[in-house]
Amino acid sequence: MVSSAATLTVKDYKSDVKPTWCPGCGDFAVLSATYKALADLQLRTERVVIVSGIGCSSRIPYFLSTYGIHSLHGRALPMATGVKLSNPDMTVMVMGGDGDLFAIGAGHFPHAASRNLDLTTVCMDNQIYGLTKAQASPTTKIGQVTKSTPYGVVAKPINPLLTALAAGATFVARGYSAKPKLLADLFAAGIRHKGFSFIHVISPCTEFNNTYSFYDAQVTDLPADWDKSDLQKALGMAITEEKPHLGIWYETQRPVLDQVLHSLEKETKPFDPNAYLKRFE
Amino acid sequence: METNEIIIRLAGEGGEGVISTGDIFTQGAARTGYHVFTFRTYPAEIKGGHAWYQVRVGAHHVRSMGDGVDVMVAFNAEGYYNHKHLINKGGVLIYDPDTVTPEENSSIVAYPIAFNAIARKELDFFRGKNVIVTGFLAGLFGLEPSSLEGLIRGRFARRPELLELNLKSLYTGYEYATKKIEKRDPFFLTPVEKIGRLVLSGNDAIAAGALAAGCRFFAGYPITPASEILETMSKELPKLGGVSLQAEDEMAAIGMVAGASFGGLKSMTATSGPGLSLMTEFMGWISTSETPCVIVDSQRAGPSTGMPTKLEQADLNHALYGGHGDFPRIVIAAGSVEDAYFRIIDAFNLSEKYQMPAIFLSDQSLSHRTESMLKPDSSRIHVEERLKPTAEELKQYRRYLVTESGASPISQPGMAGGAYVAPGLEHDEKGHVDTPLQSHMVMMPKRFRKLDGAVKDLGQLPRHGAANATIGVIGWGSTEGVIEEAVDRANARGYKVAAVHPKVISPLQVDDLKKFMNSVEHVIVPELNYSGQFAHYIRSILGNDIVQLNKYAGLPFTPGEIFKKIEEVASNGKQRGNSHR
Repeated sequence: MVSSAATLTVKDYKSDVKPTWCPGCGDFAVLSATYKALADLQLRTERVVIVSGIGCSSRIPYFLSTYGIHSLHGRALPMATGVKLSNPDMTVMVMGGDGDLFAIGAGHFPHAASRNLDLTTVCMDNQIYGLTKAQASPTTKIGQVTKSTPYGVVAKPINPLLTALAAGATFVARGYSAKPKLLADLFAAGIRHKGFSFIHVISPCTEFNNTYSFYDAQVTDLPADWDKSDLQKALGMAITEEKPHLGIWYETQRPVLDQVLHSLEKETKPFDPNAYLKRFE
Repeated sequence: METNEIIIRLAGEGGEGVISTGDIFTQGAARTGYHVFTFRTYPAEIKGGHAWYQVRVGAHHVRSMGDGVDVMVAFNAEGYYNHKHLINKGGVLIYDPDTVTPEENSSIVAYPIAFNAIARKELDFFRGKNVIVTGFLAGLFGLEPSSLEGLIRGRFARRPELLELNLKSLYTGYEYATKKIEKRDPFFLTPVEKIGRLVLSGNDAIAAGALAAGCRFFAGYPITPASEILETMSKELPKLGGVSLQAEDEMAAIGMVAGASFGGLKSMTATSGPGLSLMTEFMGWISTSETPCVIVDSQRAGPSTGMPTKLEQADLNHALYGGHGDFPRIVIAAGSVEDAYFRIIDAFNLSEKYQMPAIFLSDQSLSHRTESMLKPDSSRIHVEERLKPTAEELKQYRRYLVTESGASPISQPGMAGGAYVAPGLEHDEKGHVDTPLQSHMVMMPKRFRKLDGAVKDLGQLPRHGAANATIGVIGWGSTEGVIEEAVDRANARGYKVAAVHPKVISPLQVDDLKKFMNSVEHVIVPELNYSGQFAHYIRSILGNDIVQLNKYAGLPFTPGEIFKKIEEVASNGKQRGNSHR
């Protein structure tokens, strides 16, 4: 139980449910970074809602003491949209995997980004289906042999950052589970950002697609003089980068959907059935 | 000679004013104090194709389209040929001799009026042809032009140049009927007391009722014949501090609705069959997470894309059984426009109180037809608010607390101590998902027994018709009026018939229905689908023999069709059983 006056610490955000992930799973770092970001921002637990879909990573709401929704496969973004529009003052985070956000839920992603609702969306990308045990995901590399692609993946992988930038996300960043400090900072920045924030997290699956040593050698920081207001540059980088760049790629301001929809009318009043029905006379 | 009612049908090219002509006449009649009941059908195309509009206007309560057509207005040759066989004996044909050449028919009265030429040559205002027809109908059948004039003044208040031309068109048509022709038909409306009636469509009533029930969040995806609900909510909710949003698809729409309801708002979506199919995955989530949500399904003829602008009552199975797994749901079907206003409020009340999806079934005929009604009595409205946890309960909050009724207090974001995760996984009282086997044994009966409370809230099933009936008619949804009219006709002709019309299909008022079925010798279930979905549902619960009457022509029943079946069953009483169509 969290009282309003006391300073909140990481442990206030932990629920009494123990994570079910495999040892070494990248999602542990995402969970810790979430605790830390929420504590850094001193957000009261009852004012935070974590919405997920289905998959290993989507179990995350159970491990936090905040409000949460463990929704349907692919439907975290629509549910979070409803939560945020009904409670514009709450902090709403969408957390899910590459399958949830870019396969079964891919139809919702560009719309959530283009609406610029004030949501912070975290994609825990392990480039594999873990919960169903090692089938290809929309971000699995071309040629990779998985249980469902015994002859190798044929499809060009979906590029989550390119998708987010192209659809109109107003905050786009990338983190890596092996860099927990950066992750917590990105989450806090994403939450603070007014509008649709997307944070792509390389979050390896130790069981079925252990890419830690690969990414340890590959990941690199954005150039020191990176201009995060330059959309064209960000798009170019998303298309051409050979090594994954970590940090805040892009940030801009646009009207935020929840604010717009709640200010369409200057004055609102209660419903009066008799007055309303006059139009049918 | 005066008549209690007239059935007028207008037919012609879609987009050429058939519908607007009918609408003005209808509204004028209702403002004068007459009862009206309209039906419209139109092609799926925006322009062109064949459209027709029918209004039954009466000095008494008219509850269906009626039988046949008393007055046929043919805007073009196709309109004439498609409907001429439906004109009742002694009926009237109104046509433009420049476009229609009718066949010799001594059993009807024909009035040629060159409304196209009059509009073009006399008025130099071609678009006035529809208003000329409206004025002509008013003059011919005794409708005062003042109420029509008021409507036209309202419509063109901001276009003075068009207002003058339209008023001139109205009176040109009116005087043509009253001064230029000799009236040879028997139809003249009995004067009525001037009571202003509301005229609204089923979709208007659904949106208005939802707002009255406290709906403050709506998300939807455009689909015929439900789109008007999305349009109305998008216009009205911002004024009430609510939110309405057009989603990217129906899965998103219902997801947003579930999310907003989790957030504490009464929430609704509206769709048709194809959309309901897409929303099905969420019905199970909503039921197991016990999140109140209302889903309006305005049924149209399926399967698949089917006949998008035509009527069918064929989504009942889907509403009752759709979705994987075993879960309770409320299913409600309204019988008329007025009923829709009150029943959508019931849908919210039951969904909020028993925390499960409420599927509200309308259909193309109910959603798009207009009916007159007196202004609904607001004191009849009871609005249920969801059960909130007390301060004491929040100290050790259990979202899925096992209670006698099955319903548990719901917290919402912002409520300290109330945090929980709404799960699609089987869960315990706290919403934890780590002991599914034990939880399932407790939670299945907890969720299902909420239906027992809901059925008690419904009260007694009203019965219409003869007390000592030998034939019973059981219907559901938009056919209520036409069934009762057929039953009244049968009783007037010496048969003994009664009807019941359950509005809540799940949970069903089984005891009342059993009593009714056992009190009669024969049961007829008329419904607008091929296979008899409601008949099968009742049989599966009560086991009685049922005579089915199924129509799948994309059009409503006429009272005559149901009356004919009653006569048939009365005379073939011995051939009982599950006859099929």
